[in-house]
Amino acid sequence: MVQLTLPKNSKVGKGRHWSAPAGAKKVKTFRIYRYDPEGTENPRWDSYDVDVDACGPMLLDVLIHIKNTMDPTLSFRRSCREGVCGSCAMNIGGRNTLACTHGWEEVPGGDIQISPLPSMPVVKDLIPDLTMFYAQYASIEPWLHTETPEPRTEWRQTIADREKLDGLYECILCACCTTSCPSYWWNGEKYLGPATLLHAYRWIIDSRDEATGERLDALEDPFKLYRCHTIMNCAQVCPKGLNPALAIAEIKKLMAERVL
Amino acid sequence: MSGYRTPLKRARGLGAAHHGAGHWIGERVSSIALVPLSLWAVFAALKLALYDYDSALTWVHEPLNAVLLVLLFAVSFIHMHSGLRVVVEDYIHKPFSKAALLILNLFVCGLGGGLAIFAILRVALSGAPYVSL
Repeated sequence: MVQLTLPKNSKVGKGRHWSAPAGAKKVKTFRIYRYDPEGTENPRWDSYDVDVDACGPMLLDVLIHIKNTMDPTLSFRRSCREGVCGSCAMNIGGRNTLACTHGWEEVPGGDIQISPLPSMPVVKDLIPDLTMFYAQYASIEPWLHTETPEPRTEWRQTIADREKLDGLYECILCACCTTSCPSYWWNGEKYLGPATLLHAYRWIIDSRDEATGERLDALEDPFKLYRCHTIMNCAQVCPKGLNPALAIAEIKKLMAERVL
Repeated sequence: MSGYRTPLKRARGLGAAHHGAGHWIGERVSSIALVPLSLWAVFAALKLALYDYDSALTWVHEPLNAVLLVLLFAVSFIHMHSGLRVVVEDYIHKPFSKAALLILNLFVCGLGGGLAIFAILRVALSGAPYVSL
């Protein structure tokens, strides 16, 4: 029942050290998780002494600088570099965030440690396997459900009803919240996690959606919904400033409302 | 390996159990009930500390005191059961261990609550206050 030692591939060893180029004036050390599951070696921490005068202010700038000038084997996801796509979500200084919108100077302490999003299988280095995360999102059927024949123009909505979607539709599915949730770490196969539940709520309160009851039915489960113990890591780490915990609390209130 | 099962199949799992709202409400209602009951229990304990044995028995004979004592222990054990149940569900993943611990939790909380309530009722309902020799 109790596992006292970490499984083999969870033991992270000491890796290579990459020195800053001669003449670098401002040097910052970044400890980066390196792992190739197709190889035979355990994960390791490589440390890179980066000449931070030579790269941009964001952590993604630092990672791109390392990949371009120091170590081309470093793997990470990135795309929009402006906090819209959610690709570069990773754990930086012990906190999940987007590397592109987080400045390295914002990270407290000395050396900055960067690892992939926690609790997910690792594809390589800083790239987590988010297959289950996306499947859980798909499982809540994130699209408009209606039975009434479609109107000739758009489905109409009052301004007040549209405003209910604010703070929800902005989610970019970066998985920072879900992978920061201890309840998701322990029961990730059964608990849907904060991001998926935030999206579930986005469709539940959509005034145009006609499947509200079915959506609540699909969530009423001790694990899918009620594993949320209001730990609140989700709200703390969300790089878009959203509050998944509040959305989950609203779902729980609706669940209570329909039995009372 | 997932044995060729699609991610969506895994995400859906066995589907929703269609319960949980009742547990969630129960946890909160028992918490609310325990606030006045616990405050009352603290005051009662302070008062009882000044009583001798016979006065304490007389106190338990008071219908209101006896009923509140029964409620205090009943609600406490119900609350303890639902809390420990969540702990087991969170951390225990092997089906047999999980089922065994959930049953153990039910039995221990049921036994504890049963014994406590029986003890209170025995004193409260035993005719005239018991006088020690």
